[in-house]
Amino acid sequence: MATTSRSSLRLPADANQDIVPTPRAASVLDLVGNTPLLEVTRLTEGLLHPGVRIFAKLEGFNPGGSVKDRPARKMIELGLARGDLRPGKVILDSTSGNTGIALAMVGAAIGYPVELVMASNVSQERKKIIEAFGAKPIYSDPLEGSDGAIVLCRKIIADNPERYFKPDQYNNEANPLAHFEGTGPEIWRQTQGAVTHFVAGIGTGGTIMGTGRYLRSRDPDIQIIAVEPDDPMHGLEGLKHMASSIMPGIYHEAELNDKIQVSTEDAYEMVYALGQAEGMLVGQSSGAAMVAALRVARRLRQGCVVTVFSDFGDKYLSTNLWIGWQEWRRDRLQQLLNKWNEPASATT
Amino acid sequence: MPVRVRVPTPLRRFTAGTDEVPADGDSIKAVIEDLERRHPGMRERLLDEKGDLRRFVNIYLNGDDIRFLNQLNSKVKDGDDISIVPAIAGGR
Repeated sequence: MATTSRSSLRLPADANQDIVPTPRAASVLDLVGNTPLLEVTRLTEGLLHPGVRIFAKLEGFNPGGSVKDRPARKMIELGLARGDLRPGKVILDSTSGNTGIALAMVGAAIGYPVELVMASNVSQERKKIIEAFGAKPIYSDPLEGSDGAIVLCRKIIADNPERYFKPDQYNNEANPLAHFEGTGPEIWRQTQGAVTHFVAGIGTGGTIMGTGRYLRSRDPDIQIIAVEPDDPMHGLEGLKHMASSIMPGIYHEAELNDKIQVSTEDAYEMVYALGQAEGMLVGQSSGAAMVAALRVARRLRQGCVVTVFSDFGDKYLSTNLWIGWQEWRRDRLQQLLNKWNEPASATT
Repeated sequence: MPVRVRVPTPLRRFTAGTDEVPADGDSIKAVIEDLERRHPGMRERLLDEKGDLRRFVNIYLNGDDIRFLNQLNSKVKDGDDISIVPAIAGGR
């Protein structure tokens, strides 16, 4: 593997030239968004045509630690504006983790109680973070997955509808709107309009729908490509295998140019590779996004592929993601790169 | 030896939608082979090409994670409860 990259190490003096002043905020909610865009260079060295670049939007820099801060803030903001959320109400939703953390954070920041329904097999770190924000977790049967949490959440609300405000990330247009107003314009600015392909994982579909719509409004030729697990039985927390899931109301597959399926094993190995070859420790959905971005980029002769790393990897250290990784390390990285180094096919 | 196997949602397409199925075998490995005979397609979802338990699959024998027992060779006896649980819940 090459040891240098296009963005070689810069001296602090050079880096200071384009530094953005650190924002001062009155609320943690003012710090949501405006996340950095990182060019992935070392991992892709020698794998891409010279005119092709891959960038990752690092959503782990949001104050709650994930891309979900964006829709959580927007859904609560609109709920308050419309009067659906008002004093005395409890914010309740079903979530496998990041949205729960984001809602718990937003609830704490504005002084509303939060209750979250999740399958009991979500990672320990997530449960603890949610509790640390003062929110109350309600556990559903792990064998029923996230759909089981959705069904239990519906039942809790049906039993006491006046008590709750349900942001409902799967069906709330504020979810894609947060990305239309935030993630999309940020990517457009950060790439100076050079983005040609947007690749993102689908859980609710909010990120890909909202960001995709914005980018298309600026350039209708931008390709919008979704990433999903290759099988209903998978280990990619945060992603959904759409054909076998309850279809989110905000997700419209017709707006996509393509959908790429990624195996859990490839995504996990990409997480290890990103850690060791880029110094980026991310979650498994980011690994899947990177596998897909690399597949897209390998088909191009010219292009700017932007993907989303939904969060960092520290919330997953106790999960199955890290089972057996000690046997992996460098020799496996080389095999993996060779596997992805198979000849590029298309000529777009 | 008959045991009860609880099946997670993503695997119920192999069990005609049933969330619990009987199986025979004196070890977890033998039970999985029996599940494959009764419900073709299950094995590949649970084990990788080397025959090891996939990293994102957890199997519980009477509530205990088999990774902390004797892995796939964990002994199974009549009437045991086995649960197959994906390591994550999916969705966001």
